[in-house]
Amino acid sequence: MMKQYAYFPGCSLESLSKGYHVSALESARALDVDLQELEDWNCCGATAYFPVDELLAYTLTARNLAQAEQVGLDFVAPCSACFKNAWSTNNYIQHDPDLAEHINYALEADNLHVKGSSRVLHLIDVFTQDVGVETIKQKVTKPLKGLRVAPYYGCQLLRPRKDHEEVENPQYFEGLLSALGADPVDYASKAHCCGGSLIITARKAALDMLYKCLKDAVDSQADVIATTCPMCHVNLEAYQSRANQEFGANFKVPIMYFTQLVGLAVGVPAKRLGIPGELFASKPLQAHLQP
Amino acid sequence: MSAELSFSSEIGNLMYAAHGSPIKTCLQCGMCSGSCPAVEFMDHTPREIIGMIRAGLKEEVLDSNTYWTCASCYYCTVRCPAEIDIAGMMYALKRYSMWKGQHKEGLVGPVFSEAFVKMIVNSGRSYEPILGIAYLPMFSPRDIVLEGLMATGLILSGKLPLLPKSVKRLKNLQQMVRRIIPIGEP
Repeated sequence: MMKQYAYFPGCSLESLSKGYHVSALESARALDVDLQELEDWNCCGATAYFPVDELLAYTLTARNLAQAEQVGLDFVAPCSACFKNAWSTNNYIQHDPDLAEHINYALEADNLHVKGSSRVLHLIDVFTQDVGVETIKQKVTKPLKGLRVAPYYGCQLLRPRKDHEEVENPQYFEGLLSALGADPVDYASKAHCCGGSLIITARKAALDMLYKCLKDAVDSQADVIATTCPMCHVNLEAYQSRANQEFGANFKVPIMYFTQLVGLAVGVPAKRLGIPGELFASKPLQAHLQP
Repeated sequence: MSAELSFSSEIGNLMYAAHGSPIKTCLQCGMCSGSCPAVEFMDHTPREIIGMIRAGLKEEVLDSNTYWTCASCYYCTVRCPAEIDIAGMMYALKRYSMWKGQHKEGLVGPVFSEAFVKMIVNSGRSYEPILGIAYLPMFSPRDIVLEGLMATGLILSGKLPLLPKSVKRLKNLQQMVRRIIPIGEP
């Protein structure tokens, strides 16, 4: 039986992070998870609405939550920033009737209403909690043997919510990677911030944070860094050369979405997972990317 | 004559009620500053900023780059022993500074946020190249060239669409936004 979810891709997955979008859909399908895209979703605002108006920030996110409630499904976001906004907004709607009333007054303009009744999940929660690593392990046909993967949680997947297993040293991403047959790499920066939200607005600080994350992963001999967020992914991948310039380094770490690794391990062909061509040249990955 | 609200109360009022303890419960322990990945790029550490807000040093706080250098990573928020939402407080300072039109010169953050919200009001979705136009003047010529090369490369490789997408019920979305902030009539 396919389990259905209301899927909120978020703006990045339509542009810079198409590989995440296709690999999310493909790997989910392979795990009997049906991601139904929300009918008319809007941008969640990432970190940019809050400096302007807080109620506006909650309301724009609530418009997406309301659509998930309308179809009676749990809300799933593959982006950590979208997830954080949705999770927090849902939490406030549940606990503050006054805020909910203000939001619902605005939502009336689009004939929507929000109660905070859907569960809000990040896509990796769906895989690790709802599907479960034991089930995933049974579906692995092409284990990622010998591949050293640095699980990069980043910040907003874990914080500010405190309701999950361990806010300082989570282990579920490692558990998922082990189920895929890969070797999860232990490194200090796994839950640190890569500076993605500052790459435009405070470049120097962002590159410094990015460099530290990359260095930690490389020092731990990671073959690849796995991400759960398109913002982190773009930052780690596209700005890697800028961090190299800034700090005189020579990092060439491939960055992959966790969904691409799940897809490969359960036997989805690499080309259907949006894996960029240049990664085929990466030695540690070669064995796993054969068609 | 009515009493004037202190700067500390003003910022406190701008923090949403569900966001944890009021800033007056701060112990000045420095856990926030010690946990902050961007602290060395800030004019004042988060701990100092809280102390300065409580001391009413409004001009010095507003003119610092601290709150626009916050990366929203929430380490401070989850570690604060007094349970103050410090990242939330940084957002409150951003809103206050946008409202008053007062911030340190040469910062990209305020321009970026404004451009972002305008874009959402126009289409309901975000689109990287439009944002680019808003913030390019703030970069050095070398940065602009590098950034332009990267954007062109991304468009050519099919990673960036040439045109932004829009929500289907844009008029409704704009009506919804009008119920919260003034964005003018259609």
